[in-house]
Amino acid sequence: MEPMLKVSGVHTFYGAIEALKGIDLEIASGEIVSLIGANGAGKSTLLMTLCGSPRARQGRVVFEGEDITELPTHEIVRRGIAQSPEGRRIFPRMSVLENLQMGSIVAKPGSFETELERVLTLFPRLKERIHQRAGTMSGGEQQMLAIGRALMSQPRLLLLDEPSLGLAPLIVKQIFQVIQAINREQKMTVFMVEQNAFHALKLAHRGYVMVNGRITMTGSGAALLADPEVRAAYLEGGH
Amino acid sequence: MTMPSHTAPTPAPAAVPARPAVDWPGSLKDAATAAFVALLLTVPLVGLRTVDRPTGLSIEARPDEVIASIVLVFLGRLGLGLIRQGLALPVLVLALAAAAVGLALPMPTQVLRLVLVAGGGIIALRAAITLTTGRSKLSQAERDRRMDRVAAKVQHATKYIAPVAIAFAVALPLTPLADRQLLDIGILLLTYIMLGWGLNIVVGLAGLLDLGYVAFYAVGAYSYALLAHYFGLSFWVCLPLAGVLAACSGVLLGFPVLRLRGDYFAIVTLGFGEIIRIILVNWYQFTGGPNGISGIPRPSFFGIADFTRTPPEGMAAFHELFGLEFSPLHRIVFMYYLILALALVVNVFTLRVRKLPLGRAWEALREDEIASASLGINRTNMKLAAFAIAAMFGGFAGSFFATRQGFISPESFTFIESAIILAIVVLGGMGSQIGVVVATLLVIGLPEAFRELADYRMLAFGMGMVVIMLWRPRGLLAHRDPTILLHGGKTPRVNAGAAR
Repeated sequence: MEPMLKVSGVHTFYGAIEALKGIDLEIASGEIVSLIGANGAGKSTLLMTLCGSPRARQGRVVFEGEDITELPTHEIVRRGIAQSPEGRRIFPRMSVLENLQMGSIVAKPGSFETELERVLTLFPRLKERIHQRAGTMSGGEQQMLAIGRALMSQPRLLLLDEPSLGLAPLIVKQIFQVIQAINREQKMTVFMVEQNAFHALKLAHRGYVMVNGRITMTGSGAALLADPEVRAAYLEGGH
Repeated sequence: MTMPSHTAPTPAPAAVPARPAVDWPGSLKDAATAAFVALLLTVPLVGLRTVDRPTGLSIEARPDEVIASIVLVFLGRLGLGLIRQGLALPVLVLALAAAAVGLALPMPTQVLRLVLVAGGGIIALRAAITLTTGRSKLSQAERDRRMDRVAAKVQHATKYIAPVAIAFAVALPLTPLADRQLLDIGILLLTYIMLGWGLNIVVGLAGLLDLGYVAFYAVGAYSYALLAHYFGLSFWVCLPLAGVLAACSGVLLGFPVLRLRGDYFAIVTLGFGEIIRIILVNWYQFTGGPNGISGIPRPSFFGIADFTRTPPEGMAAFHELFGLEFSPLHRIVFMYYLILALALVVNVFTLRVRKLPLGRAWEALREDEIASASLGINRTNMKLAAFAIAAMFGGFAGSFFATRQGFISPESFTFIESAIILAIVVLGGMGSQIGVVVATLLVIGLPEAFRELADYRMLAFGMGMVVIMLWRPRGLLAHRDPTILLHGGKTPRVNAGAAR
């Protein structure tokens, strides 16, 4: 079957620095795929390259059969890819509801109410805080909002950049449970970048390991979890 | 709500335990050092002045000024030192006394008066700030929140204030109070309110710091003046044209500039404002250069009637049409209503657009550009739209300005105008509509009202700005309400942010 997202030979540069050195990667519809790696390996860069900012200097990104490498960010989002960016990047001075509303800009008209209902069911905390200014919420709540906002655009592929960053273990668990629920119940394809390798691989159908801008390993989530090299580099001591 | 008790300004000094003893020798020494530095600096900078004599340039010494500056620095430094050592209250009293003496009593020289008034005023201000901030045990965040709560209250009261204010503005020319001078001030204020509201779209909503807004004002003014001059078009034809031309210039500027962010963006807009002005100065054949354009036609009554006693062929006279006694005031009143209507158009537009996808996209861009793009907002188009629309309103205001003055020259469109309009927006609290009105009354109204004080009014203006920025760094009435509520539900609590 043709994969939903196919990345082939992607090189991305920041000025003269080559951040991605030829990435090949595939995501099939309905999968959860996790990308793990150390700080500075280029994980977030890859996620952002998928969204066209920064743009890949070489290589192709093909989404559902369409080459999206050269499209501007907002056009890529309109194709059905939503991103919950690194550092959450919610709109701090807007209310929770307004943040969610901003997420539905590219959604089908008239879908706002039903999507809102769905997001608020996934994250009951957001319902409690619906009129609160988003910037005054806790980190976990902001992360929920960032994911919820991305879901509001009715994407077919959800990109999550470090959803567990800076959160308490209990909240991390909650967030990962929701990600799993979205995948199971809505058949949402999820591509997730994580430093928390244990959780990310446990959840994922498949995983990739990135080192210094290259994919060094790939396999099913369980296989990677059991791999001695992965264990030594990303799991031992951490948990 | 735990309002901090801002108790009477005089808690018994004895109640403050163990105040550290005032280090008089230290303070005096410190002040003397500062005065010495001032001496070194002021002798060449202030003390000597070149004078043009018939025999050529010669140098004149100005010992008075030097002495005055040194005394000012000495006392000021001493005052600051004492404020820091807990003597804010006595310093405040002394400084106020000095300022009052300087104002009230006859002084041998003007310089001494300035020393007393300005020095006393500034030190008093500093002492007052120390007193108020030192007293309240609140952190900066808590003060911000309190400020926001006040702003929220004002914002909610706007529902009632706005109709009253508009009714007042509408009724003003009909009252016997309305003389030429009052109406002129009213027109001036409304022009700046309109410009403030227009710039608010770019700065307050879209979050783009535009330092060259006056360029669009100039484009509007010159569009009308030149179209009337070369093609004899009337004001009512030119008003929309001026808006369109200004919007086009906004888009033209926008294309290259909008990739830039923050400071870089601001600098380029600043440059653009100057470019327009310099073109106007130098394109002598077309714009009249520094001489400007005079004899710009006055507006007619919607093309039906004219405001002169003897109207030109084919035009009725306004006073005859309505069976009134001729009065030159009619035209002024008409102008007043015209600018009032134009300003209200901008206001209504802004209030409406905030609830539309366009306005929401602007606010999202202001909050976080990267997040906005990742939600599918076309950044370039949204920013261009903000620029073009604000420029269009600037253009309307500009052509109104041209027809009101009857004469325009590049002099009217200097950077200081941009700065004043921006000051109005920032002081009022970015994005706040009522804030712009309040700030205009302060920034334009007060200097107008105190015209008799001549030179000192700019001093007072500057001090006022400093005070506002110290006390309310986010502007007088910075507060935003959500534009959407769940299922049209009840109004959210005045400040949901206070919940945490």
